Amino acid sequence: MSNKYIGQSVKRVEDKRFITGEGRYTDDIVLPRMVHAYILRSPYAHARIKSIDTSEALAMKGVVAIYTGKDFENINGVPCGWQVNFKDGTTMREPKHPLLVLDKVKHAGDGVAMVVAETKEIAADAAEAINVKYEVLKAVTNPKEALAPGAPLVHDEYPDNIAFDWQIGNDKAEVDAAMDSAHHITKLDFTNNRVVPNAMEPRSYIGDYDTAYDRYTLYTSTQNPHLIRLLMCAFVLGIPEHKVRVVGPDVGGGFGSKIYHYTEEALVTWAAKQLRRPIKWTSDRSEAFLTDAHGRDHVSTAEMGFDKDGHIVGLRIKTYANLGAYLSTFASAVPTYLHGTLLQGVYTTPKIHLDMTCVFTHTTAVDAYRGAGRPEATYLLERLMDVSAHEMGIDPAELRFKNFIPPFDGVNQAGYQTQVALQYDSGNYHAVLERGLEMLGYADFKEKQAEARKNGKLLGVGFSTYIEACGIAPSAVVGSLGARAGLFESAQVRVQPTGKVNVYTGSHSHGQGHETSFAQVVADKLGIPLADVEIIHGDSDAVAFGMGTYGSRSLAVGGSAIVKSIEKVLEKGAKIAAHKLECSTDDLDFADGKWTVKGTDKSIGFGDVALTAYVPHVYPANLEPGLDFSSFYDPANFTYPFGCHIAVVEVDAETGKVTIKRFVAVDDVGNVINPMIVEGQIHGGLAQGIGQALLEGVIYDENGQLTTGTFMDYAMPRADDLPMFETDRKTTPCPHNPLGVKGAGEAGAIGSTPAVVNAVMNATWHLGVRDLEMPLTPQRVWRAMNHK
Amino acid sequence: MAETVNITVNGTQHSKEVEGRTLLVHFLRDTLGLTGTHVGCDTSSCGACTVHINGKAVKSCSMLAAQADGKSITTIEGMANGDELHPLQESFREKHGLQCGFCTPGMIMTAADLLNHNPNPSETDIREALEGNICRCTGYHNIVEAIKDAAEKMAVPA
Amino acid sequence: MLPNTVDYYRASSVSDALNVLKANPDAKILAGGHSLIPAMKLRLNSPSMVIDIANLSDLNYIKEEGGNIRIGAMTTHGQIAHSSLLAEKLPLFTETADVIGDVQVRNMGTIGGSIAHADPSADWPAALLAADASIVVTNGDETRSIPATDFFVGFFSTALEEGEIITEIQVPVPATGTKMTYQKFMQPASRFAIVGCAAMAKVENGVVADVKVAFTGVSDGPFRDGNVEAAISGKTTTAENIASAAAQAASDVNLNADHYADEDYRQHLARVYAKRALSAVCG
Ligand SMILES: Cc1cc2nc3c(=O)[nH]c(=O)nc-3n(C[C@H](O)[C@H](O)[C@H](O)COP(=O)(O)OP(=O)(O)OC[C@H]3O[C@@H](n4cnc5c(N)ncnc54)[C@H](O)[C@@H]3O)c2cc1C
Ligand code: FES
Ligand code: FES
Repeated sequence: MSNKYIGQSVKRVEDKRFITGEGRYTDDIVLPRMVHAYILRSPYAHARIKSIDTSEALAMKGVVAIYTGKDFENINGVPCGWQVNFKDGTTMREPKHPLLVLDKVKHAGDGVAMVVAETKEIAADAAEAINVKYEVLKAVTNPKEALAPGAPLVHDEYPDNIAFDWQIGNDKAEVDAAMDSAHHITKLDFTNNRVVPNAMEPRSYIGDYDTAYDRYTLYTSTQNPHLIRLLMCAFVLGIPEHKVRVVGPDVGGGFGSKIYHYTEEALVTWAAKQLRRPIKWTSDRSEAFLTDAHGRDHVSTAEMGFDKDGHIVGLRIKTYANLGAYLSTFASAVPTYLHGTLLQGVYTTPKIHLDMTCVFTHTTAVDAYRGAGRPEATYLLERLMDVSAHEMGIDPAELRFKNFIPPFDGVNQAGYQTQVALQYDSGNYHAVLERGLEMLGYADFKEKQAEARKNGKLLGVGFSTYIEACGIAPSAVVGSLGARAGLFESAQVRVQPTGKVNVYTGSHSHGQGHETSFAQVVADKLGIPLADVEIIHGDSDAVAFGMGTYGSRSLAVGGSAIVKSIEKVLEKGAKIAAHKLECSTDDLDFADGKWTVKGTDKSIGFGDVALTAYVPHVYPANLEPGLDFSSFYDPANFTYPFGCHIAVVEVDAETGKVTIKRFVAVDDVGNVINPMIVEGQIHGGLAQGIGQALLEGVIYDENGQLTTGTFMDYAMPRADDLPMFETDRKTTPCPHNPLGVKGAGEAGAIGSTPAVVNAVMNATWHLGVRDLEMPLTPQRVWRAMNHK
Repeated sequence: MAETVNITVNGTQHSKEVEGRTLLVHFLRDTLGLTGTHVGCDTSSCGACTVHINGKAVKSCSMLAAQADGKSITTIEGMANGDELHPLQESFREKHGLQCGFCTPGMIMTAADLLNHNPNPSETDIREALEGNICRCTGYHNIVEAIKDAAEKMAVPA
Repeated sequence: MLPNTVDYYRASSVSDALNVLKANPDAKILAGGHSLIPAMKLRLNSPSMVIDIANLSDLNYIKEEGGNIRIGAMTTHGQIAHSSLLAEKLPLFTETADVIGDVQVRNMGTIGGSIAHADPSADWPAALLAADASIVVTNGDETRSIPATDFFVGFFSTALEEGEIITEIQVPVPATGTKMTYQKFMQPASRFAIVGCAAMAKVENGVVADVKVAFTGVSDGPFRDGNVEAAISGKTTTAENIASAAAQAASDVNLNADHYADEDYRQHLARVYAKRALSAVCG
């Protein structure tokens, strides 16, 4: 079958509405009689609520209702979706995350009261008139400090602030022995900085309740409407799932932060029934800083051991992960199964051990942010590789080549079994680094660097060769690891009588371009024009079920489900075609949208078959009318994209300011349906990864106040902070899904961060700089260069 | 206290009552239903709310509706000429200058201001002109390409 | 957040604005609104009334008269950045205007509003100090001209008195051959100045004369740096002379500190930027 669309940079079909201002985000939706919610939040990180007086606020004109923690005493909090056990087998600690706090606030921004009013201005005015008396308590924001004896407790019932501890890898004693035998050990203390996802569309929800049908509707800026419905119905509000419709309309970016079930979703849904009016809540940006789940925040000590030839013999890591005040939906999975399992990297390290302690602090919850766990793993590995190379006097590219897992395609050569549970599907790590070096012009660069240094310029290059686990995930595997949900995907392919096709996917696009790339797959597989395909997503009433979009899973899992349904359509279509052409299905070939009797020019088109399916006058006996199939696809394995990122930086010797001069990225994400979209995904990830390295970082003061709580204080890359990116791809298909795709959403954010930091270290190594905490602000770099 | 404002938006004259404190962005979104202009922050930092007032790019979240009395405003909804897209709109699509689309209206309005002054901008000019607009999705690469492309398109006499 | 309720008043003339201001002591003058409205949105500032003076075209001009450049208070940063008169006669001002905020901010924000607000990290104050500007203010009865050195008195505070508004900024046209520059080290998020250094100098026979160096961002208010000026005046323009003069910068001021630049680093930056600015004007 010839591909007309697959592999082409087809322009996006969804763009028309966005470039004309017709995109429909949640906050754009207005329902009749709608009222507005404003949430009064704790100004303190840790305090006991002594009293709340809402009388003055309630009396204000236009105020409809005010709710406080008392109203939710008997309603569950929002749950965590992944159960991880302590090393000793006991269940992790799972504190209640109430919709509104009754007694003790646990982070700055914890919700204390919800005002509902005729306008958002009145709601905000009334919230100011609520009088809350607090007894302010001491707060702790750093995970290691939270473990110190006598540290303030986040949850009074957990006397050590530990959520759980955990380990993965080889037996600790074996790893210790390997390290003891090492010829060289590089040891580093790391902080993986806390960052704020900051999707440009702030979270927004509308709850609605239809008395006539006893039905709820929740419009939500989410990455996974069905998951929200399930969690909210079954775990929080106890309302019947079939009476709830959850719609995720156009969503302005997510990067992880819109996966989770947030308190405000349940609040507006619940209150809509109380008030019999639709209720909208839209987050302010400063509120988003306090309440959207943050990312990363690890404190680690890591050691990598080498033999005398520079081969890795062991890796030993102790990490403290800050989970914040409450367990967000995926919080427990991120530092464990999405992080520990990636510590093999692309290297043949024979012995690996990670010891992890996950800690509560008086901070905003931490959960998956673009890459989720994998950037943390990559950062450790790639920084260790780089420092080791410098220390051992081996070129950092050379050290990587020395230690790479040899190429394997997962078909002729088996997958690679890691020391940390996963089995990689296919990989060719040499190829991406070779291509990267070629694009960089490594030899030339070294000359340039020497030259620059003579002129007092600090030029540096940094490498990172990463791997990630995407296409999450086989349900049985994640189930055995504690996931409280399956991670399959559903798809329905509904062929209309005229041969036009609607596809309903449980995947969700919030920038990824599903409406285009999924349609490319469908159009090619059915041999019909792209314009004859419409992709529908984000509405639980329309789509059978869905696990949503995160973990670079949409095409690998959601796309594979679509392919399964298409196969069913074609199988049934062949029966209809055979009947019409008076032959057996074995005699038929399907290509370019028609079934042809082999060796003849007798054929019937897809459209005719579709029409016959719905007007079954001349029709096979025992065959149902209609041409409409649903499938669920549960992947056989994760997919494992990988790549090589290279940063070239210049450090201003006087100010410490780092400028990215070049950024080369060679990624292998398996087969590619739409190169333009894949490249765009890589670009976006690079910007976020570079942002983490150079600009972004959350700071809490000693009272637990978020110092970096607005765009005026929290720096993110702007256009003039970044260069044009130089990208290329290699293709090692995924052997276990029908499209051979691996996923491209997170790669950029995973590989780029250590490449940038390594480049800065390379530029300043001769000045004695070895390691620095991110973000590498000019001040930090300057201090390090000057040993201050 | 209510104010009456007379504002021309995308060529249509409106006369409406607003509160003194009503921000222009809320007037456009809530009163006129022009929801293409977005709100991405509360510190005048992100540019998602950018519109043109008398031909110049401004952040509509940082002014009162009353300040726009008597002025002529263009929003993203007013950029196309019927079905004919503005070259910037075309180029954003062709060069994949958008992903989630949330920053896009503001980006296009800011880029239009740039091209009004500087029909042939360099990469540096473009990046500097976008200083007040944040995109979290694209890494800006394709936005820069799109604006270059639009400049070229607009340079060709129609 | 959204602003508190506020009355909006559009002034028809300067005297109208002053009268309404007198009658409403809680009211605030609204110029470009790009400091005031962000503060009102966060409810850090909740005036009972705003008096919009944006439409007073008699406060919006750039002209040269009697040896002075005169800029109306309501002239926007953008208008200044694009002024060909200033590009020729006072490029310090176009250069400064060009690095304030972003295009959108420059299209709305005014020079008068900026100096009335006196943000310790704002750019204009340094330029005004280095250019020996005077600020013309009036309360309707009396008009005064305040030298910039007297105008900026510290953290968000100026010599402006209650009931007064700024009408004009006056700058003596620099002598021909005077070089000038504004160099800014930006805070990466807000893009205000961590350190902004404005400098003007004339080099005669290889010797630095008439040098003025002013800083913003470094301390609780903008200041002329007499130590640097004295150290380079009358010296030849060698790299050593420039470096040793620059090393005097920000020596006896209270230094600002935040998570982007503590006192040490900020002082260091002031010195680096003094060096860069001096190198540019003494070349
Ligand atoms: C995103 C953003 C980035 C910015 N970046 C920078 C930057 O990099 N550098 C920088 O310097 N500034 C920056 N600014 C501030 C900007 O320059 C403002 O425009 C300026 O500070 C205030 O001018 P305005 O005309 O907007 O004044 P307004 O906000 O209208 O007024 C400010 C204050 O001055 C008073 N006032 C105004 N005009 C007069 C007058 N004529 N007489 C007496 N009092 C008056 C008002 O009552 C008010 O108290 C930024 C602003 C924003 C929103
Ligand atoms: S919403 Fe106007 S700048 Fe962000
Ligand atoms: S496209 Fe999503 S923020 Fe720019």
